[in-house]
Amino acid sequence: MTTHTTTPPAPASGERRPAPPQKLRAWVTRAPLLPALVFLIIVTQLPMVATVVISLFDWNALYPQARSFDGFANYAEVLGDAELRKSVLTTIVLTVVVVLVSLVLGLLLALLLDRKFRGRAAVRTMLIAPFLLVPVAAALLWKHVLYNPEYGLINGVLNAVWSLFGGDAPQPDWVAEMPLAAVEVSLIWQWTPFMMLILLAGLQSRPPEMIEAARVDGAGTWHIFRYLTLPHLRRYLELGVLLGSIYIVQNFDAVFTITSGGLGTANLPYTIYQTFYQGHEYGLASAAGVLVVLGSLIIATFALRVVSSLFREEARS
Amino acid sequence: MSAPTQAPPAAVTAGGPPAPTTRVGRNRTAGAALGLLAWIVGILFVLPMLWMLLTSFHSEGDAATNPPSLAAPLTLDGYRDFFGVGGGASPWPALANSATASICSTVLVLLLAMPAAYALSIRPVKRWTDVLFFFLSTKMLPLVAGLLPIYLFAKNTGFLDNVWLLVILYTSMNLPIAVWMMQSFLAEVPVSLIEAAQIDGARLPTVLARVVAPVAGPGIAATALICFIFSWNEMLFARVLTGVVAQTSPVFLTGFITSQGLFLAKVCAASLVISLPVLAAGFAAQDKLVQGLSLGAVK
Repeated sequence: MTTHTTTPPAPASGERRPAPPQKLRAWVTRAPLLPALVFLIIVTQLPMVATVVISLFDWNALYPQARSFDGFANYAEVLGDAELRKSVLTTIVLTVVVVLVSLVLGLLLALLLDRKFRGRAAVRTMLIAPFLLVPVAAALLWKHVLYNPEYGLINGVLNAVWSLFGGDAPQPDWVAEMPLAAVEVSLIWQWTPFMMLILLAGLQSRPPEMIEAARVDGAGTWHIFRYLTLPHLRRYLELGVLLGSIYIVQNFDAVFTITSGGLGTANLPYTIYQTFYQGHEYGLASAAGVLVVLGSLIIATFALRVVSSLFREEARS
Repeated sequence: MSAPTQAPPAAVTAGGPPAPTTRVGRNRTAGAALGLLAWIVGILFVLPMLWMLLTSFHSEGDAATNPPSLAAPLTLDGYRDFFGVGGGASPWPALANSATASICSTVLVLLLAMPAAYALSIRPVKRWTDVLFFFLSTKMLPLVAGLLPIYLFAKNTGFLDNVWLLVILYTSMNLPIAVWMMQSFLAEVPVSLIEAAQIDGARLPTVLARVVAPVAGPGIAATALICFIFSWNEMLFARVLTGVVAQTSPVFLTGFITSQGLFLAKVCAASLVISLPVLAAGFAAQDKLVQGLSLGAVK
């Protein structure tokens, strides 16, 4: 609400009485915007500022008396801590694998669904379903119902298939033997529908005349895909990668549920949560948080650029 | 990707070269094969959920067999267990908290986002795209980075374990998405229509109710459903900021993470019941889902 008093430069001296109608009108136009803007700044931007401030303090909640200004020592510790560095790497691997695999699968599914066939709407609904499971529920489903080494569906099916041939099926403990892959598969299952939806929207915005013309000119299916469809999809692919990255970098639920951050699967959000919630190291957690924000800003800059180019394109059409 | 099989066959015979019949025939087979492939992939994707549904209706003993027992008798025991009929924690308080947090934050989001979207589309302020992108940029910062100050604030003001704190936080979490979506829906309302109504002497509330609402209504409904989904799903903030009193459904579900013994049917029943509102909202908003998830960038 303070913006009211600060923004308009003091009106020309003397003529104060008849409020300049133009300025007034500008504020009337702006008024509906202000509640949302002020609310958002208070609830999202203030905590960020506080995080930056806390990150400069040596502050463990268990020793509140020992709180002291520490400069950038927390940052040095975060960057020097092998475990935290590992969680940076884990975050990158997790994000890259999940985003790229779901993007490729999503593209294949979008291409399949771009054609007319019997029951297309039903298949589309089936494909969206995994995305509409509460994330914790989806992670529980994979952890207990599918991955469990003794009675999980995967090992159960292996057993059933092997017993047809009279052999002994391998019964791996999926989460213990390949923890990161286990988390990744569950996330890919949930995020492929997201990529598919974005790419399908991209495919359906292709001008059909263009494809028709190419076909009349004798272009083959592969050529049409390579030289017409793919370039048209570029923006949508970029958007899928960037939005997917923003959501997956922040993922907490799957890591927390499937491995509880153990077995080398702790990503940055989990590590920050642990440093602050279990370790009570407020200063360290905040420094790690600031570093995550800086990392996200880099992705976000690209994401905003892509969104704004799509936005301008749409405004023109 | 094959030739449009839906083209009426009559068009082919109308003066095409003599060969096409075989080509169309081949394309039709390929089309059918691809359709079948789509069905197979779709079923594979939904299979874990179908298995979850089936398991939720099995007895605990039948749920935990290897190889899996497909034809085991069906029972409602898993659901009875989940709802705490035979003792144990009742999920109703958590479900009620989730409903409060999701519905109230969604209403608040709509109240804040609708006027904002109006000022960004129908009567745009100067440099409205900059404002729009400011909203979006707040969505790109990881929530976890602001968690500690919010926790400290809540602790010092007595708001810890209070569902209304979640209402406020979920509102800020969803506000950027809602502003973006609504901006794109309101922009679809033809300006000439609004001007015509104003020339006829209609005042702003009338214009909003009679002209804007009918065009943008479905979009606003979809926005609400998507905000509801995101709030209902949220777990990290709820886990850190709530305890026994205000815990939400996803936090209730985290109780199953380290469960031992026979609980598969119960966990399946719990996951499905708690996901039900999201599944319903998601399928209801299906057509506008992409637009919401891509922050209005894709239509």
